Amino acid sequence: MIGIEHYVFLSAILFVLGVLGIFLNRKNIIVILMAIELILLAVNINLVAFSAFLGDLVGQIFAMFVLTVAAGEAAIGLAILVIYFRGRGTIAVDSVDRLKG
Amino acid sequence: MSYASSLYFTGTEIGLSLAGLVLLLVVAWTGAKSARVITILAVSALVGAIAFTASLPTGSPADGFNSAFGGLLRMDSFAVFAKILIYLATIACLIITPRFFEERDGYRGEYPVLMLFGAIGMGMMVSATNLMTLYIGLELSSLSSYVFASFLRSDWRSNEAGLKYFILGALASGIILYGMSLVYGFAGTTDYSGIRAAFSTHFPIGALFGVVFVLAGLAFKIAAVPFHMWTPDVYEGAPTPVTAFFASAPKVAAIGMLVRMALVPFGGEVEAWRQIVIFASIASIVVGALGAIGQQNLKRLLAYSSINNVGFLLVGLAAATPAGASAILIYLVIYVAMTLGSFSALLMLRDKEGQPLETFADISGLSTTRPGLAWCLLFVMFSLAGIPPLFGFWAKFVVFQAAVQAGLVPLAAIGIAASVIGAFYYLRFIKVMFFDESKREPEQTSPMGHWVVLVVSVIVISPLGYFATPWLGSVASQAAAALFAVA
Repeated sequence: MIGIEHYVFLSAILFVLGVLGIFLNRKNIIVILMAIELILLAVNINLVAFSAFLGDLVGQIFAMFVLTVAAGEAAIGLAILVIYFRGRGTIAVDSVDRLKG
Repeated sequence: MSYASSLYFTGTEIGLSLAGLVLLLVVAWTGAKSARVITILAVSALVGAIAFTASLPTGSPADGFNSAFGGLLRMDSFAVFAKILIYLATIACLIITPRFFEERDGYRGEYPVLMLFGAIGMGMMVSATNLMTLYIGLELSSLSSYVFASFLRSDWRSNEAGLKYFILGALASGIILYGMSLVYGFAGTTDYSGIRAAFSTHFPIGALFGVVFVLAGLAFKIAAVPFHMWTPDVYEGAPTPVTAFFASAPKVAAIGMLVRMALVPFGGEVEAWRQIVIFASIASIVVGALGAIGQQNLKRLLAYSSINNVGFLLVGLAAATPAGASAILIYLVIYVAMTLGSFSALLMLRDKEGQPLETFADISGLSTTRPGLAWCLLFVMFSLAGIPPLFGFWAKFVVFQAAVQAGLVPLAAIGIAASVIGAFYYLRFIKVMFFDESKREPEQTSPMGHWVVLVVSVIVISPLGYFATPWLGSVASQAAAALFAVA
């Protein structure tokens, strides 16, 4: 029998993978965007699982909002990435290091 | 609770949304040449929003008659106070923006429209009483902020700042959201008072995780240590008017949201989060003060200064009393005035070719080349340092007073000691302007709008501000009381 704790555990694993994907990834900024999506999807698993477990619809409505906002966020992220690439000619993570001091 | 009254209490948001959508259509129709007109229209929409918000009846705080849509939003006096401050800061940012962009990439009408959407989001953040509305408001303001940071498309610094801000901002949103999902799961509701009621009977370890995640994500948004590392880069790289915006209005919104979140849904578990807030507060004050010392770039310096100020604001939150909350609101008013004053002065600092003067070497001897500007900056810097006759002192005073009253004497002592370190680099600013040899010839005239913002800020922080203390104090304590009456 799959209980609520299995869902929460799965979502915790996905969340940690997403966070690690942002910090350990040294190659490509697109991978960071994917990691952000992974975090948001981990949240959605949590919300839907809790919603089903509690018999309360609010969690699923919340998940819908998260999906919508995630789409907007990805669009803006890709747009920023495109202007960054136009200026720099690369989207390697290591290239984002000119501002410092 | 009728539908009409819900619409009435969210009238500010509805009006601003309609204004934003109509202006967006106008921009699409007329193109870049109408940008200045759109800015003026956006400012008038915000003025209308302030007038409407100020006219809303706040009523007695406990009866909940001012909540809209079944408790999704609440227009109590705390929300009214924070919203008016946010809209005023947004107006000031819109006034000082156009010239900067017109001389570079070209100013575009989308900028003021996005400002309006950002203002709606920030207004929702401070009045949200449900995790869902809070999230939507937060994202509405964050998404427009990402665009602002990279608005100067041809400039690599702006692009990089936008990219960094986007990645870390999205991560922070993800962390807040994960915390919210845990809070929802363990409380069974997303409503603030419902969460408080559920946690007062049973506060499991999983809910504690949720609270910690939410607070960590919010610390990202307000740039509190240890989640501050993006701030200096983004503040330096973003176009200067955008940096002025980041340091003022969204800061008010994020602090307001944090205060409401900590005191209403998590208000029964003060001991669970007080340690975290105290740590973040001390660390922000110290890192903000020490990090600024070696800086040559003025925008970077002001970024550390804003980290430092967030530390002082968190001192008031750690008190977790009505006095602490009202001290935060007073501090925010004075902080916004100081920030807008310093950035508006920074925008006026240009050489003859219109290139910005952004480092200490550039502003040496400013008192001989531009005395008026140098004296205004002197007032702002003394006020930021907290030198007594100026109003910045009162801000720090009320915050520490609240902390001492709540029994947090060590926190107050460390904060006061670290603010002495902070005074060093504000005084260095003055030393460089008044006692060093002039090296560069600054431009002699500045546009009217910049002067208006600077002079109004200087008047607010000047000793004249003390005439407003009884009024400001009573309004702020009324706003803080609204927060505690809900509980």
